[in-house]
Amino acid sequence: MAAVTENDGVMRAADGTPLKQALARATRMNKIRAFLLTTPLLAFILVTFILPIGLMLFRSVSAPEVVEAFPKTIAILKEWDGEDLPGEETYAMLATEMSDRDNRFNLGKAGTRLNYIESGFRSLMNLTVRRIKRAEEPPYKDAFIKIDERWGQVDTWKTIQLAGDPYTIRAYLNALDLTQAPSGEIVAQPEIKQIYVTLFLRTIWVSLGVTAACILLAYPISYLLATLPAGTANLLMIFVLLPFWTSLLVRTTSWIVLLQTNGVINDILVWIGIVGDEDRIQMIYNMTGTFIAMTHILLPFMVLPLYSVMKTIPKDHMRAARSLGANPAIAFARIYMPQTVPGVGAGSILVFILAIGYYITPALVGGQDGQLISNIIEYHMKKSLNWSLAAALGGILLAGVLALYWLYNRIVGINNMKLG
Amino acid sequence: MSAIPSYAGPLERFWYYAFRFLCGVIFLFLISPIIVMIPLSFNAEPYFTFTPEMLALKSEAFSLRWYQDILDNDQWLHSMKNSFIVGIAATFLATSLGTIAALGLSRSEMPYRTLIMGVLLSPMIVPLIITAAGLFFFYSSINLAQTYTGLILAHTALGTPFVVITVTATLSGFDRNLIRAASSLGSSPQRTFFKVILPLISPGVISGGLFAFVTSFDEVVVALFLAGFEQRTVPRQMWAGIREQISPTILAVATILVLISVMLLAAMEILRRRSERLRGLSPS
Repeated sequence: MAAVTENDGVMRAADGTPLKQALARATRMNKIRAFLLTTPLLAFILVTFILPIGLMLFRSVSAPEVVEAFPKTIAILKEWDGEDLPGEETYAMLATEMSDRDNRFNLGKAGTRLNYIESGFRSLMNLTVRRIKRAEEPPYKDAFIKIDERWGQVDTWKTIQLAGDPYTIRAYLNALDLTQAPSGEIVAQPEIKQIYVTLFLRTIWVSLGVTAACILLAYPISYLLATLPAGTANLLMIFVLLPFWTSLLVRTTSWIVLLQTNGVINDILVWIGIVGDEDRIQMIYNMTGTFIAMTHILLPFMVLPLYSVMKTIPKDHMRAARSLGANPAIAFARIYMPQTVPGVGAGSILVFILAIGYYITPALVGGQDGQLISNIIEYHMKKSLNWSLAAALGGILLAGVLALYWLYNRIVGINNMKLG
Repeated sequence: MSAIPSYAGPLERFWYYAFRFLCGVIFLFLISPIIVMIPLSFNAEPYFTFTPEMLALKSEAFSLRWYQDILDNDQWLHSMKNSFIVGIAATFLATSLGTIAALGLSRSEMPYRTLIMGVLLSPMIVPLIITAAGLFFFYSSINLAQTYTGLILAHTALGTPFVVITVTATLSGFDRNLIRAASSLGSSPQRTFFKVILPLISPGVISGGLFAFVTSFDEVVVALFLAGFEQRTVPRQMWAGIREQISPTILAVATILVLISVMLLAAMEILRRRSERLRGLSPS
């Protein structure tokens, strides 16, 4: 090994590299090593979780069905000025593409896509596809108009032209109760179709209400737990931790048992004589049921952060305030409560994030008017099969949750998140 | 608060008892839904309510028929088995992946920590319905929908954040000099991990694993989208039971699940105490 002989005032490692450089390399190696440890999980989450959600969100803007079914017609329509009806060649091309037997599968999907834009389009497509094959010879324009007079309207063609764009924000417009007129103008949906904004607002209101209820219920018991001697507090903590560890479905089932018309609570009320046997209170399969069950399920998520903050507040503060002449209420409001704000903030964001995405409880105990946005996403996923609308509603919900998550990170720091 | 001071006036005394009463009511709200169904699961009648005979504590009003029902029903047994298969596999995967990642995240040299932490914790934050919808499309397109593999992978992703959080928390109290000591004594990194690090962080790893198991064992939304009839888990089966014909069998299953959560809670408490003792936070 060569001796370190150069004498230029630079500190060197044993192998002759300047110490600074060697240190930089070692730091870099450590960084890479730390990163390599996280790569298996990072890769796993990216592939099995982030990618699927990204692909699903892509569905909210992707609309390739019409251009796949009628590539040539759409190409011709690109040149069309949208003033008068398109020329005979457009009708002829549409007839050719509609009669193509290999195209059958695409036709159905294109019909569904067009139907999202203009209801009635699917049946128009089906009817036309069935009949146009018989009209073997030109002029196709007259043949089309004879099948249905809508083919003689400029708006019908504008709709097809609009749907020819493989990317669209239409699903997002629909999710916000807006729509795009054939002219391209963005207008409000007809009033009977305006349901999603109401539903989003309802979800936000319910989540806020549940969060408020959780603060009101969690504050006193957290205070009690934080100020009792450790032994008693640990014992009482079971009342918080047991529900926390108990299955969501078990708790929801139990609320059905408690709240139903012939359930325990109504029985007790009748027995006491507060309500008559005939007018038992309807507390379930409506918003009341959703609200009570959600509050119960999310309460531990408020108690745990609040308790951990309250435990760190020294008892001397209150005593000092009292000795300086504050009465208990003032001492509590001016000295104690401000110190619990971080706990309330952390708990509130956590509860609100969880509440806003709730699905199970509203689906089981919500009935008709206790449904939240998650339930309508499921409906569009599984029943109406309007996947782009489901994806758009999900995208908006996700954006809201991520914004709250960012806020949580700013206030609490995700590195400080604790469980149990 | 712990005891009423001797100088307290009548108003303060009143507040003291009123506050305790209020807290009692809130504790009752928390616990009564879990308690109330236990006696009902022994109801001899197929009702969801207490019969007058039950309230009079007559022995013939109680029976084990709903528990017998579970044992006689292939679907319940099958879903029980599925829940354990999926839960144990997902827990194993989540615990190993999550522990290794937590080791990297708790190093001071970790680059982009907040960003990576955000990605790793995202399965816990994203609303379940969005997760379920995304996984449904993706797993259908690669033929993993309605397979055990698909369900296990999904539950693994949902369980990893809990492992990452608990293990990172445990590592924050870990003395890094021990690693240096082991290396200086000639131990290989693998050996150091298994002989020095793992035994010390095991309470955190196990409680993270328990969280992951509970997450999988209690998960229903993703199971609704991804599981076929063959892969039905207990929550999936309960969901069907609550929606279709609600029978006291559900209450018997629920009671068993409550017992399981009591055991898990006890396990967590033991782990917490052990972890505190290891860190020297409380006298042993």
